[in-house]
Amino acid sequence: MAAQLTPADVLKVAKLARLKLSDAEVGDYTAKLGGILAYVDSLGEVNTDEIEPMVHAVELSNVFRTDEATPSLPREAALSNAPKTDGQFFLVPQILDAE
Amino acid sequence: MTTTTIIGLEVHVQLLTNSKIFCGCSSAFNPHQPNVQTCPVCLGLPGSLPVMNRRAFELAVKTALALNCDIAPFTKWDRKQYYYPDLPKGYQISQYDLPFSDDGALEIEVGGEGGGTRKIGIIRAHLEEDAGKNVHDETGRGTDSQVDLNRAGTPLLEIVSQPDLRSPQEAKRYLEELKLLLTYLNVSDCNMQEGSLRCDANVNLHIHQDDGHKVATPIVEIKNLNSFRNVELAIEFEVKRQYEEWEKTGKKMGEVAKETRGWDAARGKTVPQRGKEEASDYRYFPDPDLVPVTVSAELLDSIRATLCEFPADRRERFKGTYGLSDYDARVTVDQGQAFADYFEEVAGLCGDGKQACNWVTQDVLREMNERNLSIGEFPIRAAVLGNLLERIAKKQITIKSAREVFLELLAENPSRRPISSAHIDQIIAEKGLALVTDTGELEGVIAEVVGKNPKAVADFKAGKQAAVGALIGQVMKAVKGADPQTVRTMLVEKLGNP
Repeated sequence: MAAQLTPADVLKVAKLARLKLSDAEVGDYTAKLGGILAYVDSLGEVNTDEIEPMVHAVELSNVFRTDEATPSLPREAALSNAPKTDGQFFLVPQILDAE
Repeated sequence: MTTTTIIGLEVHVQLLTNSKIFCGCSSAFNPHQPNVQTCPVCLGLPGSLPVMNRRAFELAVKTALALNCDIAPFTKWDRKQYYYPDLPKGYQISQYDLPFSDDGALEIEVGGEGGGTRKIGIIRAHLEEDAGKNVHDETGRGTDSQVDLNRAGTPLLEIVSQPDLRSPQEAKRYLEELKLLLTYLNVSDCNMQEGSLRCDANVNLHIHQDDGHKVATPIVEIKNLNSFRNVELAIEFEVKRQYEEWEKTGKKMGEVAKETRGWDAARGKTVPQRGKEEASDYRYFPDPDLVPVTVSAELLDSIRATLCEFPADRRERFKGTYGLSDYDARVTVDQGQAFADYFEEVAGLCGDGKQACNWVTQDVLREMNERNLSIGEFPIRAAVLGNLLERIAKKQITIKSAREVFLELLAENPSRRPISSAHIDQIIAEKGLALVTDTGELEGVIAEVVGKNPKAVADFKAGKQAAVGALIGQVMKAVKGADPQTVRTMLVEKLGNP
């Protein structure tokens, strides 16, 4: 059984994702994410003592593509999902060096 | 009390591929047309599937082999999560615990003539994708930042050195040798202006106190080093700053978090940057979209077969085969592969390695730099210079005359058209530079010069050896191309030993 998810964990993950959560949201997500983790934790019931850990879920290897340049999206299409653009660039709120 | 400077370098090299590492978008440098080299994969759109570029992987393995690294039989890709506007997926595909190579070394020459070599350890080399480019508003008016994703997904090889470097000069030397090796291998163009080669430096000091205690100052990572000169300057600055900081605060490694500082070239100082997230905060996990790679012995052999002679081996060979000094071998090889090839062709043709080296590293290099030409653009090709120098060896012209021909060939050629050996014959004929060793032709002139210069003759006879120099000069002036050695012998004979 994994350790219980705490509000401090939620705040840390939110900070890394640059999300600002209200106190109510921290409580809400602590409960919801904790529920998800508890569900996944049910995998812990399987006995894996004799089983080598896998490094990857897919048993395939060496899938390559040839180094050929293929057409890219037109700029207009590339920018079409962006919340804000100037027609050439994606625009984001000013990036500050210091936090 | 003494201090030791401890430096480790992280170098990011853009590999010479046609397309990006996980998609078919062009990886060409194209800052003037932002966001025209993107697709759902490198934009990080849902449902897209990255697939590894075979060429990128092979170039990376080739480089690691040249750096004496062990190649892992099994390697995989991981997601490094961090949040920044130039990283569309919110994670970078990189390699964490199973990089494709580790434990290598690069030997560098330190100090001057006979200064010896030092082996700098390579912790690992791994493959990853580049991020995009943010264009910040410099006006301070708080307008939006622009993001160009042309570069996102460009294949990068990260080469991490051991903290084996002990001075800013050694750090610079390591980078020069690494760059030379990478260009020899033809795995990267190493163009620092275009960001094909980037470097971060980890620096701290070991302060050996008089009571025998050793204190380590906190490690600082310096970013934004856009030239080898700036790497040297930034480390020099940081060494001084860390010592002063330690004197002031007494803070040791482990007592404060690792700091990231940026090099401000205009002000000549490092300035603090954002606090570096702890490694565990990147929350690495295996990328489920990319399958692992197993490296077979056959694949390794086929990549090993593409390796060329390394710069360090070539220097040694030049010393052995052509009799070059340490210094000459270094100058010739360090100018790059094309330049060293040029030297070898000239040396082979004229049969005199030392002579070829003098010309190539002095005359050719000087004229190249003056005209701002690369060796590939230099109008006197190796075959022609070899032909010219062969004439010195065969005593057809003097070195002085050869130099005249060399400059004339360049002067005649404002259009930078390649010059043929026939031009050499023409200039020698026009200027009468053919070496005259015909004593019959010289006898009359010598008699005339002796007759016209009674004072110099008298001086010489009185024991002033130097007086003969003036007479030789006059004969040479009268008979262009006269062999000075022949003239001297004949003059001394005529005047009789004093």
